Amino acid sequence: MAAPFELSDDSVVVIIGTGAGGGVLANELAQKGVSVVALEAGGRYLPQDYINDEWESFGQLAWLDARTTSGDWRVANDFSGLPAWIVKAVGGTTTHWAGASLRFQDHEWKAKTNYGNVQGANLLDWPIDPREMDDYYTKAEDKLGVTRTGGRAGLPGSNNYKVFEAGAKALGYKEVHTGRMAINSAENDGRMACQQTGFCFQGCKWGAKWSSAYTDIPAGEETGNLEVRERAHVLRIEHDDSGKATGVVYADADGNEQRQSARIVCVAGNSIESPRLLLNSASNLFPDGLANSSGQVGRNYMRHMTGSVYATFDKPVKMWRGTTMAGIIQDEARHDPSRGFVGGYELETLALGLPFMAAFLDPGGWGREFTTALDSYENMAGMWIVGEDMPQETNRITLNYDVTDQYGLPAPNVHFDDHPNDIAMRNHAYKQGMAVYEAVGATRVFPTPPYPSTHNLGTNRMSENPRDGVVNKWGQTHDVANLFVSDGSQFTTGAAENPTLTIVALAIRQADHIAAEMNAGNI
Amino acid sequence: MKDQTSHITRRDLLSRSAALGTAFVVGTSYVASSTAAWAMEVAHLQPATMATLIQMARDIYPHDHVADEHYATAVKGYDSEDAKDMVEAGIAALNAAAVGQGFPSYVDTGWERDRVDILRGMENSAFFQMVRGGLVTGLYNQKAVWPLFGYEGESYSQGGYIDRGFDDINWI
Ligand SMILES: Cc1cc2nc3c(=O)[nH]c(=O)nc-3n(C[C@H](O)[C@H](O)[C@H](O)COP(=O)(O)OP(=O)(O)OC[C@H]3O[C@@H](n4cnc5c(N)ncnc54)[C@H](O)[C@@H]3O)c2cc1C
Ligand code: SF4
Repeated sequence: MAAPFELSDDSVVVIIGTGAGGGVLANELAQKGVSVVALEAGGRYLPQDYINDEWESFGQLAWLDARTTSGDWRVANDFSGLPAWIVKAVGGTTTHWAGASLRFQDHEWKAKTNYGNVQGANLLDWPIDPREMDDYYTKAEDKLGVTRTGGRAGLPGSNNYKVFEAGAKALGYKEVHTGRMAINSAENDGRMACQQTGFCFQGCKWGAKWSSAYTDIPAGEETGNLEVRERAHVLRIEHDDSGKATGVVYADADGNEQRQSARIVCVAGNSIESPRLLLNSASNLFPDGLANSSGQVGRNYMRHMTGSVYATFDKPVKMWRGTTMAGIIQDEARHDPSRGFVGGYELETLALGLPFMAAFLDPGGWGREFTTALDSYENMAGMWIVGEDMPQETNRITLNYDVTDQYGLPAPNVHFDDHPNDIAMRNHAYKQGMAVYEAVGATRVFPTPPYPSTHNLGTNRMSENPRDGVVNKWGQTHDVANLFVSDGSQFTTGAAENPTLTIVALAIRQADHIAAEMNAGNI
Repeated sequence: MKDQTSHITRRDLLSRSAALGTAFVVGTSYVASSTAAWAMEVAHLQPATMATLIQMARDIYPHDHVADEHYATAVKGYDSEDAKDMVEAGIAALNAAAVGQGFPSYVDTGWERDRVDILRGMENSAFFQMVRGGLVTGLYNQKAVWPLFGYEGESYSQGGYIDRGFDDINWI
C-alpha cells in the first residue's frame, strides 16, 4: 500500500535509488515507523515482466544514459560508452545480480594496517571494527536467505560446477562448494526454491533469488510508511544557508521538474550516479560539490580486479543450464603477499548464454580463433575472477561537460587505470583458473578480459578523518549532517568478496542509526 | 527472407541470375545462394555488393555449420538508404584490395585465408568495425542460429532445468 506524501512534506526521509542499499534502507526505516519517499529513476518490473533473453532483458533493465570512459583499462576500449553494467529499475542492480553473498574477512576491514604502504594506492582502514558487523551480517544473511548460512542448505551443483569442482580438487583446493548464495535452496520467506532456469542475470522469474524489487520494497510499502516514486530521476540535492539538506529536485515520468522536501536525504544511486549527483549539486556554499570538502567525492573508484576464464572440453558441459553462478573456490581469497600482490581473490563459476558469450569472450576478436571457441559453446565451462583492487585517487568519476544526458546534465566520465597490484593479481588468477580446467582435460582455455563493471565502489568513501573521505562510519557525510550515502560508494576498500551482502548489512546498520538519531532529535 | 521471393521458382531464379563466386547468384534486384536454397531482395544496394557483404560476414565470423542464409539475415539491415553509400564504398575498397592482390574480386579468391588477409589489411577501418560490431548481435542474437550451437535459450516456460538436466553430465 503506497503512502502518498506531499511534495512539501519536510518530515520525510528521501532515499535516492532503490537497489541493494536504497531498497533495504527504505524498508528498514519504514518498519521502524519512519516516513520514507524513495525516488527511483527506473520503472517497476516484477518477475512476470522479466525476460529469459540476454539482449532483450538488457534493453529492458540496463542503465543506458550517456556515460564516457578514459584510462588504460580495456573496458574503455571495448565498451567505451558502457563503463558499468547497472540496472535502472525499482530494485536496482539486485534484479541482475547473481546472488553471491560473502562476508568480508576480518583483515579486509583494515587494509591500510594489514597491507602497509602500497605505492600509488590510497589505502585506508574502514572506521568500523569487524566485530560490529557480525550481527548485521547475520541479519543481512537472514533477509537475503543466503545458502550455507543460518542453517540453510547449499544449492545443488550444476554441470558447470561439477567441472569446476573436479578441477579445483585436482589442484588441491580445499574451500570449494556451491557458494553462499541469496538464492533459495528451499522455499523461504514465501518465495520458492530455485528451478535452475539459468537466467539469474535477467531477473529471476521464479523469485527464488533475492531482489529488493519484490521483497524489501513491497514489505516497506505494506507498512504505509514508504512511498516509492518510480521514473523519478533526481537531478540535484538542495540545501539551506546553514548547509543543511532541504530537499531534492527530480524529473518525473513526464520529464517535469518536481521538488520533494526532506528532513534527511540518503543517496543510493550506485557508485557512478551517487558521486555524480553530489558533484551536480554544487552551489555557492559547496562550490566543489555537495559534501566534498575533502575533495574525495568521485575518487577512489573501485571495480574489483576481475576477468574470466572459459575453457572448452571434448564433451558437453551445457553451462547455461542452472544458476548463472554456481560455485566458488575460496582458497585464494587470503592475504598472502608471497604470491606477489596484497589482498586476495575468489574464483566463482559463471555461465553466459551464446549472445553474451559472443560479445564478451574476446571483445573485438574475429576469425577462426574466435569462432572455433564458439563452435564448442556446448562444451564450454566458465568462471569469473573477483579480487580486491587498490583504491587510487586518480580513478574517479568526473563530470564530462562535453556530453550531456537527457536532462541536459553533464554525463559522468569513468576513469580507471589498473594498479600494478591489480595486474599481478589478475595474472595469478588467470594462471590458477586455467590450471583448474587443464587439470580436468580442457582442450583450450580462454583468459577473458573484464566486462563492464558490475561492482562499482568507493566513490564516496568512509573515513574516520573528514580529510580522507566523504562519510563517517554511519555513512553520514562529514560536511552535511542530514545527508547520508547508503550504497556501495561508501566502501573504504573493496575486499575480495562480492559487495552486496556488505551493502545490505551497512544499510540495516544505517537504518538503526538514522532512526535513533531522529528519535534523539539530533537530525 | 524466403517468403519475399517465393513467387520465383528455382529454375526461374537461376535462369535470370549471374553467378558471383561459387556461393552466390545475383539478379537485378536480388541475391540468392547458388543452390537457390534462399534468396533475398535488395532495394538499395547493388545485389553483388550484398553478396560480397554476406561473404565478408562469413569470413569475419566463420562457422562451417551455419548456412549463408543466417549471415544474410545478419547484414540485411545495411540494405537501406542511410547505409548504402558507406557500404558500397566499403565493399568497393574490399574488391580493390582483392584486385591489388591479383584476384578478380573479393568473392573470387578461392581460399578463405586470402580473403582474411584482405580483411586484416582493413581491420581498423570504420567500415570493417561497423560490420564486425553489428554481427556480434546480428548473427549471434538470431534465435534461429542458437540451436546450431546447442544453446537452448529461454527455459522458464519449460520449468527451468531442475528436472531437465542441469546436472546431467557424467564424464567428469
Ligand atoms: C550482472 C551482475 C551480477 C552481479 N552479481 C553479484 C553477486 O553475485 N554478488 C554481489 O554481491 N553483487 C553482485 N552484483 C553487484 C550488485 O548488483 C551491486 O553491488 C548492488 O546492486 C549495488 O547496490 P547499490 O545500492 O549500490 O546500487 P544499485 O543496486 O545499482 O541501485 C541503484 C539504483 O539507483 C537508481 N538511481 C541512480 N541514480 C539515480 C537518480 N539520480 N535518481 C533516482 N534513482 C537513481 C538506479 O536506477 C538504481 O535502481 C552484480 C551486478 C551485476 C550487474
Ligand atoms: S537459476 Fe534459480 S535463481 Fe537463477 S533465475 Fe533461475 S530460478 Fe532464479
